[in-house]
Amino acid sequence: MSTVLDIDNLHVAIGTANVLRGVSLRVEAGEVRGLVGESGAGKSMVGRTIFGLLPAKAAITAGRVSFEGRDLLAMPDKQRRELLGRRIALIPQDPMTSLNPVRRIGAQICAVLQLHLKLSNRAARDRAAELLSEVAIRDPAGVLALYPHELSGGMRQRVLIAMAFACDPSLVIADEPTTALDVTVQRQVLQLVERMRQRHGAAILFVTHDLGVVAKICRSMTVLHAGRVLEDGLTLDVLVKPHHAYTRALLAATPRADRPADSLRPVPPALIESLWAEAHRLDQLAARRPA
Amino acid sequence: MRWSAILKRLALIPPTLLGVGAIVFVLLRVVPGDPIAMMIPPGASPADITRLRALYGLDQPLLSQFITWLGQVASGDFGRSISLRQQVFELVGARLPATLELAALAVAMALLMGITVALVGSLLRGTRAEWLLDTANGFFLAIPDFLWALILLLGFGVLLPLLPISGRLDPQLAVAFRTHFYLIESLLTLRLDVAADLLRHMLLPSLALALPFAALVARLLKAQLAEAEDQDYAQIARTRGFSRTTILQREVFPNALIPTVALSGVQVTLLLGGTVLVERIFSYEGIGNMAIDAVINRDFPLIQGLILTFAVLFIALNLAVDLLVALLDPRLRHG
Ligand SMILES: Nc1ncnc2c1ncn2[C@@H]1O[C@H](COP(=O)(O)OP(=O)(O)OP(=O)(O)O)[C@@H](O)[C@H]1O
Ligand SMILES: [Mg+2]
Repeated sequence: MSTVLDIDNLHVAIGTANVLRGVSLRVEAGEVRGLVGESGAGKSMVGRTIFGLLPAKAAITAGRVSFEGRDLLAMPDKQRRELLGRRIALIPQDPMTSLNPVRRIGAQICAVLQLHLKLSNRAARDRAAELLSEVAIRDPAGVLALYPHELSGGMRQRVLIAMAFACDPSLVIADEPTTALDVTVQRQVLQLVERMRQRHGAAILFVTHDLGVVAKICRSMTVLHAGRVLEDGLTLDVLVKPHHAYTRALLAATPRADRPADSLRPVPPALIESLWAEAHRLDQLAARRPA
Repeated sequence: MRWSAILKRLALIPPTLLGVGAIVFVLLRVVPGDPIAMMIPPGASPADITRLRALYGLDQPLLSQFITWLGQVASGDFGRSISLRQQVFELVGARLPATLELAALAVAMALLMGITVALVGSLLRGTRAEWLLDTANGFFLAIPDFLWALILLLGFGVLLPLLPISGRLDPQLAVAFRTHFYLIESLLTLRLDVAADLLRHMLLPSLALALPFAALVARLLKAQLAEAEDQDYAQIARTRGFSRTTILQREVFPNALIPTVALSGVQVTLLLGGTVLVERIFSYEGIGNMAIDAVINRDFPLIQGLILTFAVLFIALNLAVDLLVALLDPRLRHG
């Protein structure tokens, strides 16, 4: 199996605050890897680093990100832009704000196809309609002519999924693609992502804080906390035999079909506190060591 | 905007005009100053004055004067100018096109300059050049149009006499026009030398009107561009490999334009108001210039006609801005 994404010892700081403290993770071709962690763990920062979307005051202080063997962080902007959208794509979190409100759905999908695949207007429209029917949108030609506000959240997320897979990427980063949707729609969207992945043969880095979702769709998983990887492995192994106390606590806090709901226990605050204290201690150690 | 909303707006026009008409009518007659006193030759007898007052209906009670005037206006008769001794409708009709052409040129130049400055400023974000541009823009915003008129008059009319500083057209180019839209007509009939001369005469006054408005458009649009650039859809466009300029053009600009048009559109009314002084300074024969003479001469019918004309322009402009915003924003079109 070849490695699509290889993140090695990535450090990111925003101003003086460290947000990623040596993150390493690999995504193999065609697999779904879950990236799990509480809010603020740094999950989105991983994706932002890859897409070059870090906030203005952020700096990558150490580490490498290679995509299909090429160093993403070192390559010139123009080269990276050729990869983005074509080889690496994003399924965003909030479908309500992720589409341009004043452009028709068709124009937004076609723009991507024309940028990367150099399709003609006609061919781009046909391909866009095809993509919409792949994500189970009835009347694709009709939807192409609509504006985002004329679609429900679930429909918009389908459109965004179609756009992510439009150029047959080898890596899709899905940053909590279902959190903004209501529960009934969440299941459909998850199935859709999985179907599109199989059809287009992409690997997915699936960002979520829901271990239940990870158990369902991820082959491997990474547990992140305070910008550090606490656990990494095949999902089955991690779920059966978690190494880190934090992972065990997360598991105990996740609802499961085979356990009564009242056995759920929230992650103990003392554990989270000690993890943050450890992270800050490491920051101080690193600061004392000359770079 | 839906049809019902447009109809509602149209229905409000007659009462608005009636209100404006009533206020102007009463104000003119309450404020001291008498048109007859301005026009009588020295040594006219009191009997002459009484006769003139009766001729223009000024001897009637206020209410009956107003009702008479209203009736005439409703039938399309705006009365006779006391000082110019011509029908108000014809006088205004002959001068309005000059002002419309001047204002349209000013708005077009302002949009061109304002949009360019906003886009360049956005691409320069975070640099020293951006700071310079913002500072210069603030300077242009702070100087009102009539001051610009004087500055331009001194600069390009007197110190560096490159451009004409008075009138609308070189009298030597005496041409017969069929309409009063000289610029449009000369362009359509391909009399380009005439068009060029008209433009040379319009350049300084329209620039004076355009500069502060351009600065306003630049400031509003730049702020809106910055805001739109932070929106999810613009950030996500970057994850698809689009360049910064493409995103600015396709994602950010169309969205930033909507609030900019809504906010600056109504400011065009200020620009129209600015024509009064600017036309005066450049002796440009539009309704603004005419309005000053009308006020000096206490020419009641002409003042009333001109104010109604401005009121109609302001109302039409506001409606046009709302329609334009709806055209730019699909959410409003379907809302
Ligand atoms: N623009 C920013 N400026 C400063 N700090 C930021 C900024 N964006 C994020 N952070 C900080 O970076 C850290 C990591 O944020 P990140 O968005 O990656 O978390 P996350 O794991 O994606 O959380 P969530 O589940 O809420 O999306 C957080 O501590 C957050 O406070
Ligand atoms: Mg996040």
